[in-house]
Amino acid sequence: MSGQASRRDILGGLLVAFALAPTAALAQTGGGEGSGGPPTVAPDLPGTLAKFPDLDAWIRIGADGRVTVFTGKVELGTGVKTAMAQLAADELDVAIGRVDLITADTALTPNEGVTAGSQTLEQSGTAIANAAACVRLLLAETAAARWGVAATTLFTRDGVVLDGQGRRASYAELAASTSLAVRARADVPRKPVAARRLIGRPVPRVDLPAKLTGLPSYVQDMRLPDMVHARVLRGPSSGTRLTPDLAALRRQPGVARVVEVGRFAAIVGPREWPLEQALRVANQGAWTRDAGVPALPPMPAGLLEMRRESSVIDTRRDASAAPGVRRLSARYDRPYLMHGAIGPSCAVALMAEGQLTVWTHSQGVEPLRTAIAELVAMPADRVRCVHREGAGCYGHNGADDVAGDAALIACAMPGVPVRLQWSREQEHGWEPLGPAMLAQIDATLDASGRIVDWRHQVWSNTHSTRPVAAGDLLAGVEVVPPFAPTPPKPIPQPNGGGDRNAIPLYRFANQSIVSHFLPDMPVRVSALRGLGAHLNIFALESAMDELAAAAGRDPVAFRLAHLDDPRAADVIRRAAARFGWSRYRPRPNRGRGIAFARYKNHGAYCAVALDVERIPDEGRLVVHRAVVAVDSGEAVNPDGIRNQVEGGVLQSLSWTAYESAGHDGARRTDYDWSGYPILRFADVPHSVVVEVIDRPGTPFLGTGECAQGPTAAALANALAAATGVRIRSMPLAGGLAAHS
Amino acid sequence: MIDLTVNGATARVDVDPATPLLYVLRDDLRLHAAKFGCGLGQCGACTVLVDDRPVFACLLPVGAVGARTVTTVEGLGSAAAPGDVQRAFLHEQAAQCGYCIPGMIARAEGLLRKTVTPTETELRSAMAPSLCRCGTHMRILRAVRRAAVMRGGGVVEPAEPVT
Ligand code: FES
Ligand code: FES
Repeated sequence: MSGQASRRDILGGLLVAFALAPTAALAQTGGGEGSGGPPTVAPDLPGTLAKFPDLDAWIRIGADGRVTVFTGKVELGTGVKTAMAQLAADELDVAIGRVDLITADTALTPNEGVTAGSQTLEQSGTAIANAAACVRLLLAETAAARWGVAATTLFTRDGVVLDGQGRRASYAELAASTSLAVRARADVPRKPVAARRLIGRPVPRVDLPAKLTGLPSYVQDMRLPDMVHARVLRGPSSGTRLTPDLAALRRQPGVARVVEVGRFAAIVGPREWPLEQALRVANQGAWTRDAGVPALPPMPAGLLEMRRESSVIDTRRDASAAPGVRRLSARYDRPYLMHGAIGPSCAVALMAEGQLTVWTHSQGVEPLRTAIAELVAMPADRVRCVHREGAGCYGHNGADDVAGDAALIACAMPGVPVRLQWSREQEHGWEPLGPAMLAQIDATLDASGRIVDWRHQVWSNTHSTRPVAAGDLLAGVEVVPPFAPTPPKPIPQPNGGGDRNAIPLYRFANQSIVSHFLPDMPVRVSALRGLGAHLNIFALESAMDELAAAAGRDPVAFRLAHLDDPRAADVIRRAAARFGWSRYRPRPNRGRGIAFARYKNHGAYCAVALDVERIPDEGRLVVHRAVVAVDSGEAVNPDGIRNQVEGGVLQSLSWTAYESAGHDGARRTDYDWSGYPILRFADVPHSVVVEVIDRPGTPFLGTGECAQGPTAAALANALAAATGVRIRSMPLAGGLAAHS
Repeated sequence: MIDLTVNGATARVDVDPATPLLYVLRDDLRLHAAKFGCGLGQCGACTVLVDDRPVFACLLPVGAVGARTVTTVEGLGSAAAPGDVQRAFLHEQAAQCGYCIPGMIARAEGLLRKTVTPTETELRSAMAPSLCRCGTHMRILRAVRRAAVMRGGGVVEPAEPVT
C-alpha cells in the first residue's frame, strides 16, 4: 500500500473513471446503521444496484484483462473482500487472481453508506454478483455480434468467450468495444449453482499473505514522504476537558508545533517517541467534567429512572388462548461495554492544492466526508475519504473521531501529511461505549406448558451516534464555536437499535414488545456489534430456559414447540445433535446450555450450545465446548462464516462473562487492559465447532453479528444448569463469584 | 548511533537510546509487522524475538538491545515465500482483522524455538500475553499446533476430547 497512490495509480491508468453522481444526490440519510447512501433509483435491481444501477460503477475490465471491482463497503477483518472477489470472479468466469478490489473511497466507489449491521453481502455482494453476471452477458453479446451468432450459443471460460468451434475472444479485447456505462438488466440470471466454482467454497482470504508477513496493510502502517506524527490532547475520558500547559509543551523536545483550534489541541513532530513523552506531560494538566453532560445514575437500575420515549413496537392478541397459570417476571441487564480494538484508532490526512484527503478506518467514508467537510468548512467535493484497514472495530469506535482530528491538524499544515495515532488510554477513554441496557420480561405459561403471554420491555440509549455532521465528531465540539451534535434517535424496526431482536421469532398467543428509548446520554455510546440484540437475546433466551424449567420441558424441545420457522428449527436441531444434547451426562458443577436467534429476525439463523463448568471456590468458569449451527442462506465462503462465528462466540463470551466499563460519575475508570480485562488464551474454550448450513440459490443473510446474543444466553443457561443459580446481570463471572 | 542486528542484517539508527524498539522498527526501519497496541506491555501486538525470546518491543529501549539479534515477522518469511509458522497460520486461516497476528506469530516462533513438543497447557500459557479482540484464539492455537508438527514435533496433551 503506498498510501499516496493517486487515482491514476490505483486504476493503473487502464480504466476510464466513471462519473460520480452529483453531490446533491448523495445526501446522507444518516443516523441509521448500515443504511444511508443515496436514494433508490432502480427498485427492480437487487442489492445496492438499486442505488447505482450502472455496471461501470461496480466493474471495469482493463486492457490487460484484469477486472477491477468497486465496493462502497470496507474490509473490517470479516473477509468480505474475499467473498466479493469470489462473487465477481465466479459470476464473470475469471480466475480470482485476476480480480482487484477497490473498497470504500469517496472518489472512486459507489456510496454504500456505512459497513455495518451485517449487511455487506446482502447489499454490496448482491450488487456485485448481479453486475458481474450482466457484464459477462454483455461481453458474450459483443462476441456474438462480431461472429454473427446468437449469444446463447456461446460460453465463457476464465476470461474468454468461446463458440465451441474454435473461435475465441478474450474479455480484454471484447471490453474495448463493450460499454459498461449502461444500466444493469434486471433479468440476467446468476450462474446455476452447479456451475459455480468459487461461490460456496472455502477460498483462502486474499488479504492474509500480506498481513501475516508484515507488509503494510493498515492505516497505522502508512508512511508518506515527509509525513509528520501527531498526538491529540484530551482529558482522561469522554465528557471531560483538559487544560494542558501549551507553553510548556512548545518547549518540549520533539514537539515541532502545537496546533490549536478553539479548544482542540494537538502536538506535532517528526518522531513518535518524543511526542509520546510530551503527551505524558500534557496529561498532567488539570481536567474538568464538561458542563451539560447528564449525571450518571447508579447502573443498571438508573436506566429505569431516565427520561424516556416509549413505543410499542409489536403486539399480538389471541383472545382464544388458554389462560396463563404460571408466571415469570424477570429483569436482565448488561453494563457499558468497550469495543476495545487491539490497535488504537489512527488516521492520516493531507491538505494539498485545496484538496483534503483523509485515510481512515471508518466504517462509513461517505458520512465521514460530510462531517469532515463541515468541520473544516470545505465543500464536500474537495474532501476525499479513503478507507484503509485498521484493527477490528466491532462497531463505532474512535475511527471517525481520529479522522476528524487528523483533518483539522492537516488543514493547519498544508502540504504536510499528518499521521495521528491515538494512545491506548485515549481509545479506552474516548471511544463510544456499547450502551448499558436493561430488559424486563413478563411471561405466563398455560396449564399445558405453552407460553401464552409474553411482554418484553427494553430500556436503552441510542445504538448509533455515528457521525453524519461535524458535531458528531469529538473535534467538532472542541472547535469554537462548537458544532451541535446530531440529536440521538432510535433506529427503527425491522433492524432496530436498543430493541434489536426484542421481537421474538417464537409464536406466542399474546405478546407486547415495548421499546423505551432513553435520549439522555450520561456516557458516550454508539454501535457495538449486534447493538441491542446482545441484551435482548440474552433476556429472551434466558427467559425461555427459565420457562422451560418451570414447564418441566427440555430446553430444546420447548423451543421447537414454539417455533414455526423450519430454518430456525433446523439450526437448533443441528446444534443440539452435533453437541450430543440428548447424550449429555450432567456432572457436579457442570452443565449444558443452548440458545437461538435469527439476527434482526431477517439475518442469519444461529444456535449455540455450550458445555460449561464452574470451578468451585475459585468462582471461575470454564467453557469446555461450544457447538454452533448457522444458516447464512447462500454461504459464499463457509470458512469465512465459521471464522466470523467462532470469533463472535469468543467475543461474546468475553463481554458476557467478564466485561464492564466503569465510570465514577466524573470520568471512566478503565484506561488499559489491566483495568478492562478481556478473554485470554487461558479462558478460551477447549473446542469451538461451527456447522454451516448452506442454502445455495437463496439470499445472503448477514452473519457477522449473529452469534453475540445466542452465546450470551447459552452461557447463562449453562451456568444455571451447572450451579442451579440463574444469573441475569452481566458480567456473569462476577455474579458467579458472588454465589460461590 | 545505535547498531542493531535485525532479521540477519545490521542497521544503524540515530535515535534517542530510550526510544522503544517498536518505533525504531516501524518508523526507521519500515518494518511494519510488529504493531502498536498499547505501549504498556499488556497486549503483545508489538511482540518480536530478541535472541529467540519473545519480547514487547513497545517497552524495550532500543539502547538496551545491544548485541542481541532482533527477529521480526518479516524475518520469518515473505508473502511470496512464507515461513513455516506463517504457512501454518495461512493453512488455518488464523486471522480476522489480523492486527494481533504478527505478534502471535512471533510469540509462537519463540515457543517453538524453545520446544517443538509443548503441552497444550504450555502452548496456552506461552500465548497468554498476547490479546486478540476478534476471538481468533482457536485458530491461532490450531496454527501453532500445526507449526509444531511441521517442525517434527507436536503438541501433546490435547484439549479435552470432543464428545
Ligand atoms: S503494544 Fe506492546 S504490549 Fe501492547
Ligand atoms: S485477529 Fe483481530 S485482534 Fe486478533
